[in-house]
Amino acid sequence: MSLRNNRLGALALAAAALLSAGVALAFYWAPEDADQGFSQRIFYIHVSVALTAYASFGWAAWKALRLLWRRDERYDLESYTAVHVGVMFGVLTLVTGSIWARISWGVWWSWGERQLVLFLVLFLFYSAYFMLRYSTEPGPRRARMSAVYALFGVVLIPISFLAIRLAENFIHPVVFTREGPQMSGSMFFTFLVSLAGMVALAFALHQTELAGKRLDLRLQELRKALAS
Amino acid sequence: MTTAEKYVAAAYGVFVGVLLLYIVIYSFKMSRLEREVRELADLAESRARASEPEREQAPAL
Repeated sequence: MSLRNNRLGALALAAAALLSAGVALAFYWAPEDADQGFSQRIFYIHVSVALTAYASFGWAAWKALRLLWRRDERYDLESYTAVHVGVMFGVLTLVTGSIWARISWGVWWSWGERQLVLFLVLFLFYSAYFMLRYSTEPGPRRARMSAVYALFGVVLIPISFLAIRLAENFIHPVVFTREGPQMSGSMFFTFLVSLAGMVALAFALHQTELAGKRLDLRLQELRKALAS
Repeated sequence: MTTAEKYVAAAYGVFVGVLLLYIVIYSFKMSRLEREVRELADLAESRARASEPEREQAPAL
């Protein structure tokens, strides 16, 4: 337990260090974008948060697959926690994206943009996961239903990611193409540091929340045992 | 402060704000768990105390 706590502490510390470094690099080292100017600095947080949301949903689907494959219910809690973290990063993606859209395009939201709408659909799909989960009695049936739902949602990730590349008319920028990242080396390095920090933060939050939920479950079991 | 600077600050501020909110919510949850652990410990202790006289009486029987 103490080893796990130490690992979690180290992970949280690494996340804090990487995120601080990412912010410092974004504001003091990375050059200003010739096209968008100062507002382009939102890119480092917005894209990192969006990719972390995708990763969390992907992680939730992986754990859901393991639950269905191995019939091991401990994966249910892991999948549920990953969806929870993913939804939180989804909220951040939508809010930071909206702020960036306002300064770059002059609007808070554009319904004509497939990338935005598909991300919103993905976000709403995983938000509805909680309604499904809490409308069913706890047990193996709920675990299987939640796992199937989490697996279905993951199909939306590549569609959401590729939507912008398939769109003909778009205003959402395409930064990562087949020719590589369309930015300078220093910008890309700053982005990678921010992304690493965000992924470490998501993992630390996932592990912390998972530990809390496991403790909650054990306490409920203990309460039942003492009451009988 | 320019308009662009205000928007960038807002985007980073939202991130920090959500993270702080998460920490506050989680600290409430931790307090609840701590209280439950304390209650269960008290319950287990009172049960142990209640069963002690029975154990002491057992050899006499």
